[in-house]
Formats: sequence, C-alpha cells, structure tokens
Amino acid sequence: MLSRAASSASRGLAPALACLGSRQKHSLPDLPYDYGALEPHINAQIMQLHHSKHHAAYVNNLNITEEKYREALAKGDVTTQIALQPALKFNGGGHINHTIFWTNLSPNGGGEPKGELLEAIKRDFGSFDKFKEKLTAVSAGVQGSGWGWLGFNKEQGRLQIAACPNQDPLQGTTGLIPLLGIDVWEHAYYLQYKNVRPDYLKAIWNVINWENVTERYVACKK
Amino acid sequence: MLSRAASSASRGLAPALACLGSRQKHSLPDLPYDYGALEPHINAQIMQLHHSKHHAAYVNNLNITEEKYREALAKGDVTTQIALQPALKFNGGGHINHTIFWTNLSPNGGGEPKGLIPLLGIDVWEHAYYLQYKNVRPDYLKAIWNVINWENVTERYVACKK
Repeated sequence: MLSRAASSASRGLAPALACLGSRQKHSLPDLPYDYGALEPHINAQIMQLHHSKHHAAYVNNLNITEEKYREALAKGDVTTQIALQPALKFNGGGHINHTIFWTNLSPNGGGEPKGELLEAIKRDFGSFDKFKEKLTAVSAGVQGSGWGWLGFNKEQGRLQIAACPNQDPLQGTTGLIPLLGIDVWEHAYYLQYKNVRPDYLKAIWNVINWENVTERYVACKK
Repeated sequence: MLSRAASSASRGLAPALACLGSRQKHSLPDLPYDYGALEPHINAQIMQLHHSKHHAAYVNNLNITEEKYREALAKGDVTTQIALQPALKFNGGGHINHTIFWTNLSPNGGGEPKGLIPLLGIDVWEHAYYLQYKNVRPDYLKAIWNVINWENVTERYVACKK
C-alpha cells in the first residue's frame, strides 16, 4: 500500500507537471494510515489538520496558480509568468514535500534501516547514530519554517543531509533526490510539543518508514 | 505603563547594539499586561508560550551570539564575524520584533487610529496563533484587530518623525 501511494504520487505529479497543457489537476493523496495511527509520537489532531487542511491548501493553491500560469503563457504575458513563480514554488513544493512525507512515516516504522541503505549510511556518515544525530541537529536548526532532508547526491553517488526553507523542494532547489523529509514547520508539531521542537524530533524516529526510504534510495540509484 | 515599556525597550536595545564593548546583556521585557489579558482574541496559553519561551529564546540566543561576536571581533576573526550574521539577524530580529509586538497590543485596544498613520507589526509565525486558530490564519488576523494598541503605534510614528 505504501509503495502504491509512493508510485501513484509520482504518477500523479510528474505527468501533470510536465504537460501544463493537459489540464490535469493535482489532487490530495490519501494518507496510507489513519490519522491516529502514529500516536503517541504524532497525535491524530496534528495529522488531521496537517493532511486535510495544510496539504490540501497547497494542492488547491497549486492548481489555481497553474491555471493562472496557463493563461499567462497563452497570452505571452511573461511578467505574470515570473510573478507567479513564488506561488508555484511554495505550493508546488508544499505538495511535493508532503506527498513524500506521508510515505516516509508509518505506524510500523522506527528502528533502523537494513541492507543497502544502512551500508550507505555507515559509509557516508560513519554510523546510523551519527546520521540520526546530524539530521536531527539540521532539522532542529532550521530557522523558522522549513524541512530537514536526507537526500541522494547523484553526481557524487553519496547520501547528503540538507535543510530547505519554507516549502522549497529539495530536488528543485539543490538537485539532491529526496529520500526522507522531516517537516519542522510549527504546524507539524506545535499542538503536541509546543515550542519544544527537539522533543518532536526525538519522537519522529519511532515512526520513520525505512522500507519506503530504502525504496526511494534504490530507485534513484538506477 | 505602555509608553514606559516602549521607551525602556528602545533604551534597552539601542545602547546595547551600539556599544558591543559595553557587555550589556539583552533581557526579556515584561509584558505590559497579564497573559490572559487579550482573551478571547489571543488566548493565555499562546501569550505565555510566545513571551516566556519563544521571545525568551531569541533573547538568550542573541546574548550568546553577541558574546561570540565580541570574541571574534577581538581576535580579528572576520570569517567568524560574517558566519555569525544570520544568527544575529534571526535572534536580534526576533527580539526587536517581539519587543515591538507586545507594546502594539493591549486589552484596551481595538477601534481605529485617530489622525496619524500607525507603525505596527503582526506576527504570523504559526506559534503566534496555532494553538487557538489552528491553520486558519485569517481568523487570527480578524481577531487581533480587537487588541491593537493604537496609543503605542501612534507614539512610535510621532517618535520616528522627529
């Protein structure tokens, strides 16, 4: 079910983004589990608001922005095309990021990855614990709203940790291929953890879906 | 009390920023009203976390950053001075913004300004409204107008025209 969500998300996004003339609308992907499934680590109220309100708004606003972009493109109105870029990046990035995020989490998650991904983590970070510490620190250090990411650097053939501000998408802005994202916008944790972002960052490791992260890693090495 | 808070904030910030060698530490200004004073528009839980945790963290981290900056300055370590700029902007800005924000709000606020054009900040970080308004920022933005302290905002305008 998780791989179905991941691949239907890619099927949903890639063709729509590629063919602006095809009038395909983006849609909110279903969560692969109930809103309460990640308790006690991330509570149901957060998951419901995060998915059905925040992610839904990115989807709606992305569709609106793309419609305006099509009109501007048809009119040759380059000024408007450029003026729409921030909204495209924000809402498009928000849709991309959250679509990945839901698949990165699972009620059966936690523990450590195995096999190829674990070997790569040991090679590129020294140990799983050092990797976990680093991603946690980078995510904690994001000033304001943004994401911490484990990404794959295709050029150098190695894993890399990065932070992105706001909803900037990892691949679109850095070229790194996203494997695992940690949302540190306050809406991702505030209702449960208040200002104590580090407590949220401690808890989220209990629900990381290493199968999905591994699938993404294997896919991008092809 | 509100004008006292405003001018003590400027007295607190301006000399400290101007004379890095004076070893003055920034401090969290007192809120000019109780945490629950702006209910029902902004609830007490938000005000308490926002002031005693978020703003307090900006103050603490600003002091830490400025101490590191002094050390780098003393050593002529320009690389470190430059590397500290983002933290200075983030924490210094956070302290400045919130110091102004508390004075911009009042339990006796609302209504309309009389005559002069005001200077006013509205915090739209999620921590400023999420516990009460969740994702519906517009509802928070509707409510906050009930607690805008126009006296303070006007004072600031008059002061900056001098």
